[in-house]
Amino acid sequence: MAKKKLKVRASGKKGYAVIKAILFHPMETGLRKSKETGEVIPAHYIQEVSVKHKDAEVIKVNMGIAVSKNPYLSVEIDGAVKGDPISISWLDNLGEQASTDVTVS
Amino acid sequence: MNQTRRTFLKGSMATGAVAVAVGAGLLTPQTVLAAWPKAAFTAKGVDGTMSALFGGAKATDSKDIKIKAPDIAENGAVVPVSVTAKQSGVESISILASSNPSPLTSSYNLGANTEGYVSTRIKVRKTSKVIAVVKANGKLYTAKKDVKVTIGGCGG
Repeated sequence: MAKKKLKVRASGKKGYAVIKAILFHPMETGLRKSKETGEVIPAHYIQEVSVKHKDAEVIKVNMGIAVSKNPYLSVEIDGAVKGDPISISWLDNLGEQASTDVTVS
Repeated sequence: MNQTRRTFLKGSMATGAVAVAVGAGLLTPQTVLAAWPKAAFTAKGVDGTMSALFGGAKATDSKDIKIKAPDIAENGAVVPVSVTAKQSGVESISILASSNPSPLTSSYNLGANTEGYVSTRIKVRKTSKVIAVVKANGKLYTAKKDVKVTIGGCGG
């Protein structure tokens, strides 16, 4: 099984839902040097994260290199109630991507 | 994004090359909101970032923005930051770290039905100000918080 690329939890509150996600990604800045070879490690980082509620994009995050490794993010969506589908996807600078779907619990 | 596109194409009743082109061209998420702003992420200095991101519009200090971040971060590679904006009609929240080579860490475009709240973890090179810039109803608001970093977050 492929390594899990992201983990999402959506919990419904009164009138809104809290979405918490961890995206598993090295987030290399392109500024670091490898300790063994002394060569610069090429940049590899997530650029875009999109959060969808019922297939409509509600939040779009643009990320730079200064977001920590395995980025964590938490956002709140109004009007999302228990059972609503939430989808989170990311795209990095090398064109890799991943997405996952959860329902608000 | 491709998976989404697949889902869309599978779910849609439309067939034929024209429909595919329309579906791919107009309904991908990238075109819903602006593309990745490279200039803003590579700009140097807080002022440069602000002008790349917002075209030089002035931001006013606001007490309605709360930044939650540690006073002293032991590890600059992982600094938890959360921003709460009480303004109505929040359109975007950007988080900057003033002494990073390129200050902009991430920028959240919030749709209409979202709360003015984001929480994330950022890298901070050295002791600096964490700046939150909130765009609400077309106006810019900002707030700052000092974060002291004992071990830097950039470089090995």
